[in-house]
Amino acid sequence: MSGGGYADAFLDGQGQNLFKTFNLGIVLGIALAAALVYFFPVVDQYRENSLISVHANGGNSELFHVSLPEDRIMAGVSAASRSVPPGLEWPEHEFLADIQIELFKVRNENGIVVGAASRMSGKSEKHGPFVEWVVHLPARGTMYVNMAVTPSPDGYRQGNLRAGTREFLTLNGVVLERFVKDEDDPELGTVGRIELAAALVGPLEEIE
Amino acid sequence: MKYLISVVIGMIVGIALFVLGLYYNPFVGNPSVSPLAMSDLDLVDLSYSLVPAESIVFANDGESNVKPHPTKVLQLWEPTIKRTRGFVTTLTDSRGELVGLGVKFSSDSEASALLDAEVLVDSVWHIYLPERGTLFVDQTENFWSYLHDIIVPARLSSGDNWRGSWHGIMSMGPGALGTARVTGGAGDLMEGEAEAVESITARAYSATIGPVGMTGNLTIAMPHQDQEPL
Repeated sequence: MSGGGYADAFLDGQGQNLFKTFNLGIVLGIALAAALVYFFPVVDQYRENSLISVHANGGNSELFHVSLPEDRIMAGVSAASRSVPPGLEWPEHEFLADIQIELFKVRNENGIVVGAASRMSGKSEKHGPFVEWVVHLPARGTMYVNMAVTPSPDGYRQGNLRAGTREFLTLNGVVLERFVKDEDDPELGTVGRIELAAALVGPLEEIE
Repeated sequence: MKYLISVVIGMIVGIALFVLGLYYNPFVGNPSVSPLAMSDLDLVDLSYSLVPAESIVFANDGESNVKPHPTKVLQLWEPTIKRTRGFVTTLTDSRGELVGLGVKFSSDSEASALLDAEVLVDSVWHIYLPERGTLFVDQTENFWSYLHDIIVPARLSSGDNWRGSWHGIMSMGPGALGTARVTGGAGDLMEGEAEAVESITARAYSATIGPVGMTGNLTIAMPHQDQEPL
């Protein structure tokens, strides 16, 4: 005997109609909830317009920067007096003495924060010196950049996009890093900005 | 009028049934066996504490129940990074000895789909291991089981906490077996790639302050020293 059959046995005509309406409501409720969950995104990352210049060769370039000192989330080095933020306990270990890790907020060309980044630099006894960036843009993806250790005479350090995720997954190219110093402030320390200029190109596609 | 009331009550019951069905979905399990369990590659186990106060730095938007550490760290309050967490921690090996440092950025993923029991987080690790070099790990993590088994019970508990023994594999891609992708920077894995799996072992969680007793584990399957990188 079906559920409707049970209702038929115990309810009068009006009660049966009410019971059917109630069942219809259940089906509608399930359908409504499923539609809401399906069509409304659980996460909707806020996006800023990407300020990308597209070039004739199909490549594109984009400029990011970090304003110092206000965008510095963390600076971890072995000398505690230089560490940011206050209260940071940097692990004092012999093999971490030559490593420096910094975390920053990253701004686009218009000065709007679009992501966060980590810069790792140091000298490993076993593998030599290195400088690396991970630039994480939540709405777009992440870039992993290995930089040259020595900057050019005009202050640029060039790096290669070693790996990327999502929007940067299939791209190749270079990223230039340059520190532009504005002034030395006795309270804030060095005031300036780190510029990151990315020149990236997608994979070549076969022409049919 | 009574028909309208009947259909409204029915809809409320329907929505409640849907939520219960979603929560107690029998077809969703918690993967607790690592896809790298049978790997014959060199497995590098890196452990870290997920308790923010035990990290070097934990930064979020400052509005979550999980408080930033140290308290004066810059908060990620801007709209573009509001759903992002930054985390710097020491990494220890299976014997508990310090072997390196790791930076992790994780952002809530727009690919999250509750119907498929997917509460996704896009995360990347930037790792320095003096013995191995630098590594970049990117992955999508699924926090559904974590939410289902720990956070919801903690919030429903009268004491606002959860205690128990829980282990879950968080990584679910981009690798075909649900593994994270590892790219080498400077060091052993230079120019090479590998796979990794991240898991969480939880013992205590507080609905008011977040993880209390919780460790993360990142297992990286490195090519053998005498083997060409993958």
